[in-house]
Amino acid sequence: MDEIQSLIGGFGVALSWFNLMLMLVGIMLGVIIGVLPGLGGANGVAILLPLTFSMAQQPGGATSGIILLSCIYWGALFGGAITSILFNIPGEPWSVATTFDGYPMAQKGEAGRALTAAFSGSFVGALFAVLLITFLSPLVAKFALKFGPAEFFSVYLLTFCAFVGLSKEAPFKVVASMMLGFALAAVGLDTVTGQLRMTFGSTSLLKGFDFLIAVIGLFGIGEILQTMEEGLAFKGVRAKLKARIVLDTWKELPRYWMTSLRSCVVGCFMGIVPGGATPASFMSYGLAKKFSKDGDKFGTGVIEGVTAPETAAHAAGTSALLPMLTLGVPGSPTAAVLLGGLMIWGLQPGPLLFTEQKDFVWGLIASMYLGNIVGLIVVLTCVPLFASILRIPFSIIAPVILVICAIGAYTVHSSMFDVWMMLLFGVVGYVFKKLGYPLAPLVLALVLGDRAEDSFRQSMLMSQGDMGILFSNGLVGGLTTLALTLLFWPLISMVWDKVRGVRGKS
Amino acid sequence: MQLLSRSLSLVSAALLSCAALTVSPVLAAWEPNKTVEFIVPAGTGGGADQMARMIQSIVAKHQLMKQSLVVVNKGGGAGAEGFLEVKGATGDPHKIIITLSNLFTTPLASGVPFSWKDLTPVSMLALDQFVLWVNAEMPYKNAKDYIDAAKAAGPSKFKMGGTGSKQEDQIITVAVEKLTGTKFIYVPFKGGGEVAVQLVGKHIDSSVNNPIEAVAQWRGGKLRPLCLFDTKRSSYTAKVTTDMAWSDIPTCKESGFDVDYLMLRGIFMPGGVTAEQTQYYLDVLKKVRDTPEWKKFMEDGAFNTTALSGKEYADWVAKEEKRHYDLMKEAAFLAPGK
Repeated sequence: MDEIQSLIGGFGVALSWFNLMLMLVGIMLGVIIGVLPGLGGANGVAILLPLTFSMAQQPGGATSGIILLSCIYWGALFGGAITSILFNIPGEPWSVATTFDGYPMAQKGEAGRALTAAFSGSFVGALFAVLLITFLSPLVAKFALKFGPAEFFSVYLLTFCAFVGLSKEAPFKVVASMMLGFALAAVGLDTVTGQLRMTFGSTSLLKGFDFLIAVIGLFGIGEILQTMEEGLAFKGVRAKLKARIVLDTWKELPRYWMTSLRSCVVGCFMGIVPGGATPASFMSYGLAKKFSKDGDKFGTGVIEGVTAPETAAHAAGTSALLPMLTLGVPGSPTAAVLLGGLMIWGLQPGPLLFTEQKDFVWGLIASMYLGNIVGLIVVLTCVPLFASILRIPFSIIAPVILVICAIGAYTVHSSMFDVWMMLLFGVVGYVFKKLGYPLAPLVLALVLGDRAEDSFRQSMLMSQGDMGILFSNGLVGGLTTLALTLLFWPLISMVWDKVRGVRGKS
Repeated sequence: MQLLSRSLSLVSAALLSCAALTVSPVLAAWEPNKTVEFIVPAGTGGGADQMARMIQSIVAKHQLMKQSLVVVNKGGGAGAEGFLEVKGATGDPHKIIITLSNLFTTPLASGVPFSWKDLTPVSMLALDQFVLWVNAEMPYKNAKDYIDAAKAAGPSKFKMGGTGSKQEDQIITVAVEKLTGTKFIYVPFKGGGEVAVQLVGKHIDSSVNNPIEAVAQWRGGKLRPLCLFDTKRSSYTAKVTTDMAWSDIPTCKESGFDVDYLMLRGIFMPGGVTAEQTQYYLDVLKKVRDTPEWKKFMEDGAFNTTALSGKEYADWVAKEEKRHYDLMKEAAFLAPGK
């Protein structure tokens, strides 16, 4: 097979001491970037991009450059889970869903298990995506081209419906929370009309509500407020620290192979489409909850609830590089920066990259295998270290978290206004928890609402207002039907039970 | 990010000061005494962002500045976020901003209170071209074929994709409609790369992408350029595909509709800075333009390399603003009260 030959050639390019060192440096920087909320992978890669410029002038230097940058990206994907699990503060948007079960696990004293599950899940997802890139690139790239605005909208609809139809909170509370998210997402500039909406003349509101600021406030600050009320102590303090925790968790993980496989598929689909890692993690969590035997226990700290979103997020994050390489369209903000990098180094991403820059492309693909292995080793060896952070008394760690949150909120747009917004969101998060409103739908609507609205209105423009465009071909029709089925799933299953019950009696 | 960029700037500052010991300064004019913020009023990965990061890379590589240059994206509200920040930083010589057409379109369309007159023009870097693209599998061989087909199909049948709403892409679309009597459905997308892929996937019928946004798909045989929105053909004669160079694309004027539009890629500083401070950046940018890396970047993106500065530049900007006002007024894109 050609691919295997090229891949072996790629390993020849990527496997040098210099490149391995770059991988290690990249992963470590990436983990730090992932841990700090507000400092996203895209920012991290962008900051370091100029450093690679002189590197790229040497022969084979472009490969080294992209190895460094892509390893920062892998590191950020790994690192996002750490604070989600330990403190309920998602370091990256795609680790929001990881908090749902990861944080309860940490509270039960199982932080080490949760972290191992998250990292292993990430690795599995990445490996699946890299295999896909290695062997199916041309085929998959064609599939991505089938996605127009209507198809995008149906994918977003599917994400929302999977989440609403499958959540166990009171449906009206879910809808109320989600609508608030949509309203917040609508603030700022409207892409379709070019007009400002709901800014009330305030220039601070021009840029809209950034998802990261809301998440840092709702989850991080909200959590700290609640912990203060409940007695100033982390519940996970008595975490037992065992060096064997990694191996013990690994023994358990193969049991959930079905969830992993499903998450890999969801993740790759969303990465290529490109819907992105964040919707992938939410959708995967929703589906895992639906199809798992322990679905009812989701949210109380089950290991599947951690692996599902992490696997999908990493699979999506990795496969997002595929459309970048083959089509020249980035599948994620970080991929967009990497794309800029390619151009600065004098490479032209797009259909010809695979034939014109064979060494570079296969070197990069080989580095994806190596980088993720290096990454897994780095983060797994640190599991006991990360878990032991929870042993620090609350009175010391809480102010530190507050400061990190504030810095994170400030860095998103370098704006003090955002720090005040973060505190406000913290209070909102606290009130929501007290009143039993779920936060996840709000966050989901805030991150996807804008994009869902854009693609809906683009498709309405294209069809001149005809809703039929959502059923105009097999792909979009199938997605829309699936979405509606999931939305009304509770009703459908109720009717189904009734029908079966009637039959059973007669 | 602040922390990281600070430590990075420390490292580069250390490196640069080593360099400074060996190179004695030619003239002891004004120089930045701390890190310079290079604001991009657009998101990461777009055309302006790429150019800013290219400049940053060249400055770092050739050690053109003693202090480091840090790119900051402030793209909220179609760039208003970045422009308002520079407007508010009157007299601060440690901020520069790269502009695109949203310098004119954003205040006119959204009514956000800023104008180029709040800023100090430093230098024009280049002008970005626009090309009419169609999917290569479509039968249209030239712009006339395509316009005729659009006319024959009737109004609101053909879809034109573009970046943003009431910005340069839609302004060009309206200008084409006015001159040819066609009527497209204009579908706004978030970025140029997205538009190119939608065109390859045949979800839209045509686009007016910048060369750099669609060149990869052109070389890959997926897209076909029909005409260039400029008064004369491109000056780049090196073959891009097997049989065509940028200079082989006819102008739209040759094709029967005289629409020309060039997008400003230029540098501004906040208002109230001294002539010495402007001169410093002007010198740095001149050195940037002389590097081989910059020249290659210009050619890859088929940029029009006109570079004005000083009064000429200010006059050009004033003229462009008037032109945008007229174009947008005609298209009814102006915000109420403008």
